[in-house]
Amino acid sequence: MIFLTRRATFSASHYYWNEAWPAEKNKQLFGRCANRNGHGHNYTLEVTVAGEPDPVTGFVVDLKWLKDVMEREVLSAYDHKHLNLETPEFNNAIPTTENIAIAAWNRLEPAINSAGGAKLSRIRVYETPEIFAEYRGEA
Amino acid sequence: MKAYFGRRYLVSASHRLHTSALTAEENRAAYGKCNNAYGHGHNYLVEVLVGGAVDPATGMVVDLVALDKAVDECVLNRFDHANLNLDPVFADRVPTTENFCQAIFNLLCDALPGGELEHVRVEETENNFFECSARG
Repeated sequence: MIFLTRRATFSASHYYWNEAWPAEKNKQLFGRCANRNGHGHNYTLEVTVAGEPDPVTGFVVDLKWLKDVMEREVLSAYDHKHLNLETPEFNNAIPTTENIAIAAWNRLEPAINSAGGAKLSRIRVYETPEIFAEYRGEA
Repeated sequence: MKAYFGRRYLVSASHRLHTSALTAEENRAAYGKCNNAYGHGHNYLVEVLVGGAVDPATGMVVDLVALDKAVDECVLNRFDHANLNLDPVFADRVPTTENFCQAIFNLLCDALPGGELEHVRVEETENNFFECSARG
């Protein structure tokens, strides 16, 4: 089994706010991330797929194909967008790095796994070089 | 919904790889320039990965501020800008990065503010790193 990872970057804005809580609790728990005017990051998305190299091409997946899938399913929805306001999965979930990793998995898994080759194995989303979240699907 | 939250920290520390169980020549053979008498230092990059359910109210596996506080208290305050050989945890073991990684894992296990410690990864330089995923 070979694990192959492709990286891409996207820039997006967000804020952390739970509508069920009073403003004070949001500000206390989320700190500066609760600023309702939002703020932004340069995110790095890492997509890892697992599979066996094709005996003819030597590829686990065609990297150009994977790049196009990432562009179509994730980057076109997230890059230069406000995650709270422009992406439906964050209507009812806070766009934390954890939830972005899960949402990216949910966007990518059908397209990757239905192609019949390598399977989606891991998603990592870096919010900064020092902060990242990882999702490996339902265990 | 289980996910993982990762955070990287910098620890600048000195160490010398040397054990009294070996002769001077054997130490030199085993550790090379890492055995130099006066020690040397690294900027260690410590990656902490915490696994757990994503809290539906906060969207978080673990609160970043609480995690930072725990790591500050039990890792950074103890090891940053310190000589690892003089720390009690290395009284009976060589401060290789393997042992450093294990020591951090053990210390953080007890101090984590939420979730479970999935792994600790310590990068000694850009070209070598160590991972530990169980108490030892």
